[in-house]
Amino acid sequence: MNILVCISKTPDTTSKISFKSENKEYNPDGISFIMNPYDEWYALVRAIELVEQNGGNVTTITVGDASNDMIIRKGLAIGANDAIRIDINPKEPFEAAFQIAEASKQKPYDLILLGKETIDYNGSILGSILAELLHLPFISFATKLELSGKTFTVTREIEGGEEICQVEGPCVISAAKGMAEQRIPNMKGIMTSKSKPLNVMAPVAYQNKVEVLTFTLPGEKKGVKMLSPDQMDELVALLHEEAKVI
Amino acid sequence: MSVLVFIETTNGTIKKSGLEAMYFGNLIAAQKNTSCHAVLFGNADKANILGKYGAKSVFYIDYSKGFDTGIYTEGVLSAAATVGADIIIIAHTFNGKSFAGSVAARWNAGIVTSVNALPNFDNGITVTKSVFSGKAVATYRINTTKAVLTLAGNSIQIQESGSEVTPQKLDWTPSEPKVKVLERKTSEGLVPLPEAELVVSAGRGMKGPENWGIVEELAKALQATTACSRPVADTGWRPHHEHVGQTGVAIKPNLYIAIGISGAIQHLAGVNNSKTIVVINKDPEAPFFKAADYGVVGDLFEVVPKLTEAVKKFKSSQ
Repeated sequence: MNILVCISKTPDTTSKISFKSENKEYNPDGISFIMNPYDEWYALVRAIELVEQNGGNVTTITVGDASNDMIIRKGLAIGANDAIRIDINPKEPFEAAFQIAEASKQKPYDLILLGKETIDYNGSILGSILAELLHLPFISFATKLELSGKTFTVTREIEGGEEICQVEGPCVISAAKGMAEQRIPNMKGIMTSKSKPLNVMAPVAYQNKVEVLTFTLPGEKKGVKMLSPDQMDELVALLHEEAKVI
Repeated sequence: MSVLVFIETTNGTIKKSGLEAMYFGNLIAAQKNTSCHAVLFGNADKANILGKYGAKSVFYIDYSKGFDTGIYTEGVLSAAATVGADIIIIAHTFNGKSFAGSVAARWNAGIVTSVNALPNFDNGITVTKSVFSGKAVATYRINTTKAVLTLAGNSIQIQESGSEVTPQKLDWTPSEPKVKVLERKTSEGLVPLPEAELVVSAGRGMKGPENWGIVEELAKALQATTACSRPVADTGWRPHHEHVGQTGVAIKPNLYIAIGISGAIQHLAGVNNSKTIVVINKDPEAPFFKAADYGVVGDLFEVVPKLTEAVKKFKSSQ
């Protein structure tokens, strides 16, 4: 089976956030980037496991410039067979989904996997846009993914619980925590990753539907008000009168 | 030119997030001097109430086979065509964010998710959302005439502003879903975490699952929902759906009480949009205090029961 896994880079959670070009652009200077954890720990590792069990090929796909090659090589080191990078920095999820849809039309995949969201914008819509553009069924927030024949059985998160559903491939599935265990690339993986194919493709023309006008940093917290363990009545009064939350 | 709101229901019951989306749609319709309509799947017995939050008409789709992105996309767009909508509002719930993208793609519309305030229509459609784990706010402009917005929970205070309407069946027949829902398991009774206004959360400082009674007592006194930190869910002390933080559920309740949680940046990423944060920790150096509005340094086994008593006293005096 052929599996396509969408991977993207995000700033590490601990990064300080700043902006440039009159607060219109995210400032990547001095930021350490990582592979989006949902893409890496869950989607990519589960794809590799499925191919280990059933045979086949795992291809990663990334929309972005050459600064993404570091995380793409990491994906290859973890165990992907080859990689595609579409050479444009997308301005919105719709654009990334559109480029991935165009590229994946060239070769049929039995399954397209991606993380449930990226940890920077938390949009979580790329998967459903991609599925719609490719006319494929979509299951989101999958914490468990099993394959039997052509049927995928998926456990997915819902408010306060879970749902078990089934779908015939090909399909698009977004991965949440629980789908797989993180894999650390070993030395052999790192060495072979350098010779695995990374195909850079030119983007297809796209008209942006949405643009960022500006970023703003939230105002500083006014500071914490400390109370002693004997002042619980005061705390409740503050929550009622000052914070107005109870 | 109107606004359509998708309303999510569970066994016919309309979620709070649905009422928020309805009222948000109503305010947008008022801004644009147009009307606001609602569409839902399945049982519409309790849907008359949507009129009170601004729905001019309510459509239901006779379908109860469970959530499928394709069916929900088609149904909502059929309703959008019926009412001539150019804006679709969907609450940012698990299912909402699972098909909003498909709606936008099929409609060829711009989409912004997890919007946290009313749009501005002075120059195109501009909306704001919280990004980078609450560390910044982004303002977007949508350049298409049609737009899909998902609304972050607890972003708007709902108010009754109209009278009940009788739901009507949408003239559209769904096909067979491609995704078959076999089973649905949810914990009964409590408000689900993403919708909760009050949350009591505890971490490793609790020392063991057997000590959770004091947390549940406090939650009960406040009528709050319980949550936990990642290590607690990972060790199986608490169920996974209670885990809030970057890899768990992201929430923005009015009140978040953190008990025995140090406040790692990954935890804060899931909760720092909360309106008010109370931190109870024995370590005065716990990083969570920096993100808190109110802090108590002390032994949680002493502090939490005292807080519970204070809450009970307050409630009985109301």
